[in-house]
Amino acid sequence: MRRAALLWALIAALAGPAITLGAAPKASLPDVEDEVMCTSCNVALNVAESPQADRQRELIRSLIAQGMDKRQIKARLVSEYGEDVLALPDSSGVGLTAYAIPLGLVALLAAALALGLPRWRRRSPAGIGDNAAPKLSDEETRRLDDDLGRYA
Amino acid sequence: MALIGLLAFGLVSRSDDTSLDQAVARGERPVAASRELPMLGEAGTRSVADLRGKVVVLNFWASWCEPCKEEAPVLAAAQQRLQREGAGTVLGVTWDDSTPDSLKFVAQQSIDYPNVRDVGKKLAREYALKGLPETFVIDARGRVAALYRGQISQRWMDDALDRAIG
Repeated sequence: MRRAALLWALIAALAGPAITLGAAPKASLPDVEDEVMCTSCNVALNVAESPQADRQRELIRSLIAQGMDKRQIKARLVSEYGEDVLALPDSSGVGLTAYAIPLGLVALLAAALALGLPRWRRRSPAGIGDNAAPKLSDEETRRLDDDLGRYA
Repeated sequence: MALIGLLAFGLVSRSDDTSLDQAVARGERPVAASRELPMLGEAGTRSVADLRGKVVVLNFWASWCEPCKEEAPVLAAAQQRLQREGAGTVLGVTWDDSTPDSLKFVAQQSIDYPNVRDVGKKLAREYALKGLPETFVIDARGRVAALYRGQISQRWMDDALDRAIG
């Protein structure tokens, strides 16, 4: 009898944490809410106030209750509402271009500046000097002196 | 230059497309847009094109839309008439609605016509959907005979079906 009670206590002690861990949600509503859109109101779900937004929240809660993690929930939302439901583009596949293109443009601009600036600096003094002192012909010098003489 | 082009494209793409409404108001019958969409609550797909030769009452709805509930009896009556006359069917299209919610709505409203899910709202964009509900009556030749953006009345439905069935 005592043995059986001890055995049950042992099973309960071992199974307790496992049961608790198994029931722990893998995602939370606020964590998902700020990464998805209310698709009919075109704002992030965490600030959306509409019947459709409430339905979307209900769906997310039910998916959390089913034990889904954030990634699974977002995938399910895409299958229900389409790609527009994602507030941030996916970081893989086609969605990656949304991050890659701006980064690529910044890198190109930086490279162009790195290559172009030293050249521009080297050319500048000569260019400015040429423009500042254009050579005048004898005729132009004579006309300039005449013009200045009139105002003297 | 490219930036100006991009801005112009943005403005044009955001502007409301009223060409379908204007054409129908002029008495024209523009060709109805069609897309193969997944059926609600069952396997397979359905499109307006699949129903060519029949009158189709295309109705965009969502379970969270109150006017959609209000107009449900009108659509039920339209389906009864179309079935009785062998003329066609109502085809529901869910918009921004999850499958469980849509199925619950179908059960609550005793809807017995087919419904498809417009995931990604591509069909809605082709009909320039502005809100819910919206109804398009398509004749047997696949052309839009009448449209209504808002909650339909029995009278509007009867007139539109008379025109489409001919």
